Amino acid sequence: MKIGVVTFPGSLDDHDAHRAVRVAGGDPVSLWHGDDSLREVDAVVLPGGFSYGDYLRAGAIARFAPVMTTLIPAARGGLPVLGICNGFQILCESHLLPGAMIQNDHRTFICRDQRLRVENATTAWTSDFTQGDEITIVLKNQDGQYVADTRTLDEIEGEGRVAFRYLIDGPDTSDSVRYDRFAGRNPNGSYRDIAGVTNERGNVVGLMPHPEHAIEKGYGPSLDGLKFFTSVLKSVVSS
Amino acid sequence: MGTVVVDVMLKSEILDPQGQAVAGALPRLGFNQFTDVRQGKRFELTVQGEVTDEVLAAARSAAETMLSNPVIEDVVGVRAESNDAGSQVAEPLA
Repeated sequence: MKIGVVTFPGSLDDHDAHRAVRVAGGDPVSLWHGDDSLREVDAVVLPGGFSYGDYLRAGAIARFAPVMTTLIPAARGGLPVLGICNGFQILCESHLLPGAMIQNDHRTFICRDQRLRVENATTAWTSDFTQGDEITIVLKNQDGQYVADTRTLDEIEGEGRVAFRYLIDGPDTSDSVRYDRFAGRNPNGSYRDIAGVTNERGNVVGLMPHPEHAIEKGYGPSLDGLKFFTSVLKSVVSS
Repeated sequence: MGTVVVDVMLKSEILDPQGQAVAGALPRLGFNQFTDVRQGKRFELTVQGEVTDEVLAAARSAAETMLSNPVIEDVVGVRAESNDAGSQVAEPLA
């Protein structure tokens, strides 16, 4: 089972994505932003980090990279694609996913273990979860505030296309939470606490937090990230 | 040489963290009269020769496909600017 991982100029987490694919039992395949070949992979991960300096808007120039000219129609045709962090921004800029990402509302970089709720466990990348599962993976971003107009937000909520939502810790539940600057609010100002979304068909998923950093014992806050990759391996087999 | 100026602004319903940072700093300098700040982007696209209708049409197309993201931004202006007059705005030369 071949899972492609695209490297853009500025990608940081492509190696961790490779490792996550391998640990889940798949064969990672390197894809290059400047090459329009998808090398006959069964699914694609757009990794986190940066791309083309993220000038203009995060992901705005990467969206026109040669590899995207092949990937966008393939994704519309059903190829499973996961966008993580910068990859999520690229999928939004490509209009494969609704909405867009802007700077965190608090205007600072964030890096923390983040609790999420799985809202849709029927996509190609989430089928090993159960709807309502609470997971903890890594969040690290500058431009992580998910925004869209009210009509779009209502539409994706109505169609069950919110894939993940940030879990909000109350202000007084414990000492560690009491001193958390994000107690009582989501960590980047995302509208309706949305952390990740899917397209109508469920083959394209994007999220801000990083599942590929939570796949191995001793590294990261949990092993919750592994299920993203085991999910897609099963969905590829069954299709 | 001619220049086309493209102005892009975040839609009003989208929060503008950069504008808020500026708005928060202005009162510290004694500028208390500004109740809100929104920050946009200005692009200057230079061409050989005059800015024709075709050039303006191409600039509009570039503004809508790449310079702005229609999900969160509006293209609020696409206009020719005369080169020798600096900031003076000229009518497009058909």
